[in-house]
Amino acid sequence: MSHSHEQHGHGDHPEHLGHHWDNVQQQFEASKLGMWLFLATEVLLFGGLFVAYAVWRGNNPELYAYGSEYLDVTMGAINTTILILSSLTMAMAVTYAQLNRQTALLVCLILTFLGACGFMIVKYFEYADKIQEGILPGAAFYEPPANLEASKYWNPDLPIIDRETLLALRIQEAEREREGRPAQIDRPRFGEVSSVAPAAVGPAGFDPDAVRARHVRGEKSNVHPLQDPNRPINAHMFFNIYFMMTGLHGIHVLVGMIVIGWLIYRAALGHFGSDYFTPVDLGGLYWHIVDLIWIFLFPLFYLI
Amino acid sequence: MSTLSTHPSGTNYLNHTRGIMSWIFTLDHKRIGMMYLFSVLLSFFAGGMLAVLIRLQLWTPEASLFTQDQYNQIFTLHGAIMVFLVIIPSIPAALGNFVLPIMLGAKDVAFPRLNLFSYHLWVFGALVFLLALFTGGLDTGWTFYTPYSTDTDSAMGGVIPALTAVFILGFSSIFTGMNFIVTIHRLRPPGMTWFRMPLFLWAIYATAIIQVLATPVLGITLMLLAVERAFGIGIFDPALGGDPVLYQHFFWFYSHPAVYIMILPAMGIISELISVHSHKHIFGYKFIAFSSIAIAIFGFLVWGHHMFTSGQSALMNVIFSAITFSVSIPSAIKVFNWLATMYKGSISLNTPMLYALSFIFIFSIGGLTGLHLGTLATDIHLHDTYFVVAHFHYVMMGSALLAMIGGMHHWWPKMTGKMYNEFWGRIGCGLVFLGFNLTFFPQFMLGSQGMPRRYAQYDDYLPETVQLFEFYHQLSTIGSLVMAVGFFLTAGYLLHSIFFGKRAPANPWGGRSLEWQCASPPPHDNFAETPTVGDCYDFSVLEWNEQEQGYTWREDVPRPGEERTA
Repeated sequence: MSHSHEQHGHGDHPEHLGHHWDNVQQQFEASKLGMWLFLATEVLLFGGLFVAYAVWRGNNPELYAYGSEYLDVTMGAINTTILILSSLTMAMAVTYAQLNRQTALLVCLILTFLGACGFMIVKYFEYADKIQEGILPGAAFYEPPANLEASKYWNPDLPIIDRETLLALRIQEAEREREGRPAQIDRPRFGEVSSVAPAAVGPAGFDPDAVRARHVRGEKSNVHPLQDPNRPINAHMFFNIYFMMTGLHGIHVLVGMIVIGWLIYRAALGHFGSDYFTPVDLGGLYWHIVDLIWIFLFPLFYLI
Repeated sequence: MSTLSTHPSGTNYLNHTRGIMSWIFTLDHKRIGMMYLFSVLLSFFAGGMLAVLIRLQLWTPEASLFTQDQYNQIFTLHGAIMVFLVIIPSIPAALGNFVLPIMLGAKDVAFPRLNLFSYHLWVFGALVFLLALFTGGLDTGWTFYTPYSTDTDSAMGGVIPALTAVFILGFSSIFTGMNFIVTIHRLRPPGMTWFRMPLFLWAIYATAIIQVLATPVLGITLMLLAVERAFGIGIFDPALGGDPVLYQHFFWFYSHPAVYIMILPAMGIISELISVHSHKHIFGYKFIAFSSIAIAIFGFLVWGHHMFTSGQSALMNVIFSAITFSVSIPSAIKVFNWLATMYKGSISLNTPMLYALSFIFIFSIGGLTGLHLGTLATDIHLHDTYFVVAHFHYVMMGSALLAMIGGMHHWWPKMTGKMYNEFWGRIGCGLVFLGFNLTFFPQFMLGSQGMPRRYAQYDDYLPETVQLFEFYHQLSTIGSLVMAVGFFLTAGYLLHSIFFGKRAPANPWGGRSLEWQCASPPPHDNFAETPTVGDCYDFSVLEWNEQEQGYTWREDVPRPGEERTA
């Protein structure tokens, strides 16, 4: 919509100034406030998943200790480096736009775009590996890999241990442990005072040392989880949250690639400069939050 | 004449440009607001008709009209349409869009394109929701509780389209909220400090904060649920180590604050209506303003009170119950301030004022019955009964929607440039008020006697219980029909006014906030020059002008901004 025919009382009306703003500064500050609000919604969108992570990890810490052994720390570290570097080039792009250095702006935006591509390529190999091995979320976790030959974990000599077998195994172990102990004193518990049943609680007595004893940190697991008698019950739950969080993050990287691609296009046409760099600045803010979320995801899944 | 802004060419926003495309792709906040209003009222009609069907089914104890499955679908659609398509966008997106920038003396909201985009998202979301009806229907209740929504054997095929629709509608709501926050921060006119803003803007601001902070959590919840249903990954399925109560936590973390998305802007409207139609300065301005913010904050901390019987720990129940009670403090502050505003005012019983008075009556009942539900011991008895249904209809329908209709009458002359028939307006309001109470008051009785909500039939009780339930249900059904007549009457005279109504003056009620200082209907860009504002609740500067048939500025009082030069 063009409002240039209407009286504004502005002698020289900048091209990018909307008709309802008094001046460029006011418009820029409003755009930036809007972007920060949008980032707040992004934080809360991922916040839901981070809370889910915290709840499940609190209830089932053994799943996380076990599941993370099947992630490739090297690949995660490479991706972290790539994203941090691309954030650097993005920040440089903003500065170059403000300094009106067109070529440097374009180069930095392209580097950022390449960083995003690199991240997605590494992510593709990670996902492809998981899918190949059949290490998937939910019920699909309990299907053997489609291509047994190609699996690097699968041992044709070992049996599949399904959920029922595993459960029976755990009950046996617990009963064996209980035999040596005196019977527990039967007394009313706190929850019985209320007519409302107490909330479900996670398995008591998780011993991180025991898990570590089974899986030496830093040494990659060499047994397929489906054939592993030491696998915790519901091991698939780690991969539920892993795929949900990294998947949503991956979608954000793809959106970021579209945004940066659009910025490259406009930068190539010379749209940005010291008097107008709002899209570069806002696109940069978005890219930084995508980066920042990954910086949390990497340790939460790969390292701890 | 006396308006600050008369456009040189005499055009207004309605006839500024012509053609359907000039509406669908307009960037003008007023047109977007009107399109929202039209769409919301259309959805309200659909949701309301479904409500009448529900009431007719319950006229007899046996399932006389619909099977149980059909009934489940009807109440699900009624709830989902009313919550996501009607109440949440009603006041902020429809009235807020129209009024907010004008109240600020601005030409538009901060991001007009985003505003249009959020309306298009709303329409798209509504269409996707329709898709749910054609892909197997939806019978989970509007809350999408697991396992109803995840059990693919019994749940209907419309769940994923419905989830997608609500996700899209959520983003429409987020963008509206972002737009309003930035507009209020950056586009206030000279002289309008935070504590000189009309209280409607404080309410919209508090609402926008909730929209921006709570809705993304709904988005992620619905995504988890859609993935759960599509791939069966077991997040909410105990058989796979998941937890269905976790879904309830996630859902209510949004949906309880969403209750305040519905009621806060309604309270903002009431603050305006009570003050303007009592021709008296609002009492306790800062308390009303801060109580809006307090409600927005408290609203985030009470979601657990929806799960008192879902197996939460006793300790959590006690904490959530205590915080729930604390919400009544800011709510009561508002009610008492409205009453004090009316005290010794010269009250004009115009239709908007009648709606405001209805609001205070209905909201008081709705709020006070919330205490029964927030109390742990009584909630065990009342949970999932008609008492809950009556409570939230008193708050969401009787308060939020009636305030919206009151606000619509208040700003109708501004929006359309026409006066509606005041006599029929009062009759309509009376019918709606009586019909509403007749519909929902008996439901408190039903609930306290143990009638569960969401039942398609109630013939499986002792004969005297069935008789009692039937009596209350029939009262309720009669009430719903009275209310329907009231709404149709309202629709009738409002439509009539568009074509045959008297031309509206700039300021028919004697309001002082900026929207009453521009023409009715406003010109395309509202104000040629950004006006300077004073105290928007000081009505002493206005006087009735017989010739204008409206209020005009007193000649012996200088306008704000002119004092300095005078």
